[in-house]
Amino acid sequence: MPQFYGTELRSRLLLGTARYPSPAILAEAVRRSGTDIVTVSLRRETAGGRQRGAFFELIRELGVRVLPNTAGCHSVSEAVLTAKMAREVFSTDWIKLEVIGHHDTLQPDVFGLVEAARILTGEGFDVFPYTTDDLVVAERLLGAGCNVLMPWCAPIGSAMGPQNLPGLRAMRAEFPDVPLIVDAGIGRPSHAATVMEFGYDAVLLNTAVAGAADPAAMAAAFAAAIEAGHMAYHAGMLEPRDMAVPSTPVIGKAVFS
Amino acid sequence: MHVLIKGAGVAGLTAAHALVGRGAAVMVAERTHGFANAASWYAGGMLAPWCERESAEETVLIRGTAAAGWWEAALPAGSVHRNGTLVVAPLRDAAELRRFASRTSGYRWIGAEEIGALEPALAGRFREALFFPEEAHLDPRRALSALRQGLEAQGVVFSGGAIEEDRFDLTIDCTGAARIGEIKALRGVRGEMLYLQTDEVSLSRPVRLLHPRIPLYIVPRGGGLFMCGATMIESDDAGAITARSLMELLNAAYTLHPAFAEARLVETGTGVRPAFGDNLPRVTRQNNTITVNGLYRHGFLLSPAIAEEVAALALGAELKRGNAR
Repeated sequence: MPQFYGTELRSRLLLGTARYPSPAILAEAVRRSGTDIVTVSLRRETAGGRQRGAFFELIRELGVRVLPNTAGCHSVSEAVLTAKMAREVFSTDWIKLEVIGHHDTLQPDVFGLVEAARILTGEGFDVFPYTTDDLVVAERLLGAGCNVLMPWCAPIGSAMGPQNLPGLRAMRAEFPDVPLIVDAGIGRPSHAATVMEFGYDAVLLNTAVAGAADPAAMAAAFAAAIEAGHMAYHAGMLEPRDMAVPSTPVIGKAVFS
Repeated sequence: MHVLIKGAGVAGLTAAHALVGRGAAVMVAERTHGFANAASWYAGGMLAPWCERESAEETVLIRGTAAAGWWEAALPAGSVHRNGTLVVAPLRDAAELRRFASRTSGYRWIGAEEIGALEPALAGRFREALFFPEEAHLDPRRALSALRQGLEAQGVVFSGGAIEEDRFDLTIDCTGAARIGEIKALRGVRGEMLYLQTDEVSLSRPVRLLHPRIPLYIVPRGGGLFMCGATMIESDDAGAITARSLMELLNAAYTLHPAFAEARLVETGTGVRPAFGDNLPRVTRQNNTITVNGLYRHGFLLSPAIAEEVAALALGAELKRGNAR
């Protein structure tokens, strides 16, 4: 099973916790997905109030490991501050680092990302950086102390599925020993299966599940697809050929060609 | 039967109305005078069960369809506007419109021409929309005030002072978000909203603008006033609107119609919606107290059905007690 920063996990599916119809449906989706990591945005849900962190309490009650994220942070300092708050709230060194470069498309600011990653790893954080499929950026992130990479496969929430197949394959080939998690842009289970067939270690989902008509059933569908893709990768798949190849020998039959 | 209702928001007032209508003697206890602490004061006032079904359970649709009729009977004529809801999306978010359609019913697809006929201000701005003709809306602030005046006219006393609960046969707790931290699993969902004033845009019905992250609605209140809401944040913080939320709401209003950029921002507000884990309301009874809570974002939509349920429960209790005697 995959290991992230020395922790072995039972599931290759990581689930976001935003925008479910209700906390009850979120809890059911977590259960059906079999995930043992959920991500939580610190930025959006940290307003004060008497029951400060009631939502976080709800997340803790899910009984799975929490990977807090810095979603919505647009600068290095904001991301670093949010990561520190996350460490306090969830008592974990894990942080999914997002430094957003564009308000509308939520494209990562890879320059800020590398800088923030360097600062945070220096302070003992285990950084899961949300990045693009750019190999040079990936190299810099590893140099900054990250031991896990989370490339997108399409813009956040777009549900487009893997857009740059050669790029994703190249990343797997370039970093065979680094845990790779596809973080954004997955819309359907077949998208998840595709990247898992490339040998990716895990997939992180949010909108594809939260926005489904039946989020819990969709969580289960994704869990099955991710497992199938992973098994297929290790089982050794056929390469496509240009022509039909009969699966039974033709010897003994009359062949006219 | 003497009933004490705690809380003068939409849950308390509708329960009072239903009980008074059945002949009960009702007193309403309010923590502070006026409505500023009630989540319902910041509501959109959309009676939109078909649209809400996009994310709400089927029961919200079933119980919500009678709301418009209930409010029409309870309020002065002309308070409830039955002219539907329009759901639009910017061109690049057209997929959101199809997603919304796949989760809902009770609508028809309309094109640019009919959009312009329904809302001339939006003519030429959207190619397609969903029109929910059966939906209605009301002005929550006028509705609450009218309901309260009607109750006072029928002899219901509103009290902000100390009250001896023992004098009443039954207490109905409708204090909503004030019970967060006391009722298990009750949480707050913060909603920020604002009022825009402009004579440059005219709308006659609620318009929902779909966006993958920041869905928004604008409800016309008449006289050039528009209510624009509302955020959904998992927090019971009732503090002032954040800059980010304000920016997002204004951006969305501007997307709907650029003339909103010239509107006056006349009010911003924050309400805390009380909600349970499934975002559905609960009516529970313990001895002589009935507790209503968790109306979430469906105060005006579901409180009529809940009020009738509470009234039936309350008077059923009296019957039982009468039998025992």
